[in-house]
Amino acid sequence: MADLTTSEIQGQARARTEWLLVGVALAALLAAPFFFYPIFLMKMLCFALFACAFNLLLGFTGLLSFGHAAFFGGAAYFTAHAVKEWGWTPEAGVLLGVAGAALLGLVMGFFAIRRQGIYFAMITLALSQMFFFFCLQAPFTKGEDGIQGVPRGHLFGFIDLSMPLNMYYFVLGGFLIGVFAIWRIVNSPFGMILKSIRENESRATSLGYSVARYKLAAFVMSAALAGLAGAMKTLVFQFATLTDVTWQMSGEVILMTLLGGIGTMLGPIVGAGLVVALQNYLATSEFPVTVITGAIFMICVLLFRRGIVGEVYARLGRTDSSDAR
Amino acid sequence: MLDAHAGSGGAALDAEPRVVLSARGLRRDFAGFVAVKNVDLDVRHARIHALIGPNGAGKTTVFNLLTKFLAPSAGRIEFMGRDITNAAPAKVARLGLVRSFQISATFPHLSVLDNVRVALQRPGGLGYQFWRSLSTLDLLTPRAEQLLETVGLHDERHKLAADLSYGRKRVLEIATTLALDPKVLLLDEPMAGMGHEDVGIVAEIIRGVARDRAVLMVEHNLKVVADLCDWITVLQRGEIIAAGDYATVSSDEQVKIAYMGTAYDD
Repeated sequence: MADLTTSEIQGQARARTEWLLVGVALAALLAAPFFFYPIFLMKMLCFALFACAFNLLLGFTGLLSFGHAAFFGGAAYFTAHAVKEWGWTPEAGVLLGVAGAALLGLVMGFFAIRRQGIYFAMITLALSQMFFFFCLQAPFTKGEDGIQGVPRGHLFGFIDLSMPLNMYYFVLGGFLIGVFAIWRIVNSPFGMILKSIRENESRATSLGYSVARYKLAAFVMSAALAGLAGAMKTLVFQFATLTDVTWQMSGEVILMTLLGGIGTMLGPIVGAGLVVALQNYLATSEFPVTVITGAIFMICVLLFRRGIVGEVYARLGRTDSSDAR
Repeated sequence: MLDAHAGSGGAALDAEPRVVLSARGLRRDFAGFVAVKNVDLDVRHARIHALIGPNGAGKTTVFNLLTKFLAPSAGRIEFMGRDITNAAPAKVARLGLVRSFQISATFPHLSVLDNVRVALQRPGGLGYQFWRSLSTLDLLTPRAEQLLETVGLHDERHKLAADLSYGRKRVLEIATTLALDPKVLLLDEPMAGMGHEDVGIVAEIIRGVARDRAVLMVEHNLKVVADLCDWITVLQRGEIIAAGDYATVSSDEQVKIAYMGTAYDD
């Protein structure tokens, strides 16, 4: 009994430290645009949310999707079209992007979850490539040009998002909602079943869980949240192009997540931040960015397979951030 | 045919408890290879039924067929009077026919307590609630702890399942299975790879479990089978060659040949 109470006290202390860290991070995020270039920060937030959404599937359900660009880039197109052509408000445009990505996720997930492992990954890749060609051909996406000059508009009709600070706090809000949703899903009764599926799928089946339904639900949730990231990105940069639906984008989000640490809440955020920062600062250097990110990725895989955050947790004696109560 | 499944009829056996799971003419082909054929089985309430046979006899295939992890090529399976021949595996589990696996089936990176709670979570629709806090599951903790207490795992409930010894993992697996309150428990080699001190514990647990439910187990350890099981079905090369209590089966000539490893004639 005695050691149990100590472990409980330790757990409480850890929870308190965690909330403290969350508070500090929140304050830093609120203050950040006064110290850094807001567009850069917003790009980071969008990719961080994208990676977190991807991690919901890979890290907490054990499904490796190689087609997440379809949701990210698809939502970008939907939002851009709704805002530019139909004159929707930004929040309505973003919601449409999220809904579109969720629907896309439902269709892709429906086919992909029938297979496991590498076959699952290949089906998601094939379907997202089909979506890429759809985007290349469909008239509303404007082909190679993409949808340019998307107006940011006025949030709720009166907050002018063309002001960088307003836009930043809008994106920060979306990011926090998305990350909170993921945290809630992971630490919920449903998330528990997802983890049990990740751990041992046939055992979960033998306990009476219809595994396919859980996987599909997780897939749709992940797609919708990736869509939220893509929809916000389109408003930040005011365009939606084919870049966001390419398979390279699907690969990039895998890289970010692995680099930061799969199966941790913080890992994808750190990984995305690092990759985006590298891309930004190396864009002007003589080195090709892809070579450097590639080298970092290899070092990461060779030296700390758990990713940056995963490795830190391991050193601190934690196996899975989500198990913390 | 031998009078291998006399259990399915006969006035002398009227006093036997009711049949909860029955299979008739079960057959499974794998691309031309017949893994299992003409298997008839009756699993009775409050009885421990063993499925034995040499390696490759098709025991695990029969298990997979009964629990619907494999679809039978022919035959019929009834559970509590209900035809489940074409039911989905998760559905069968929900009806109360729950299996364990040959390879210890736990959720390695969940705690021992959470392993059991995952099983308790399904009734009441707690599985799909993605918007609620994990503390919703706290109401399942007393029941989970009680189950762990029964199998002697209570002190290790905060460990990760991966950190348990092999024998303890199997015990955890049984506790998890019991959490579903199954009507029939199918145990695929529950004692395989266990030290003999754990074998005794698990045998006791199984005996306790079988007081108010049926148990069908695949087991290699004949001593365990002799001590524990009320009825034994012997499979060889996919077919039943004998069935009965231990005394009957162990004196059967065909069984002796199968277990002595005598060369087959064909």
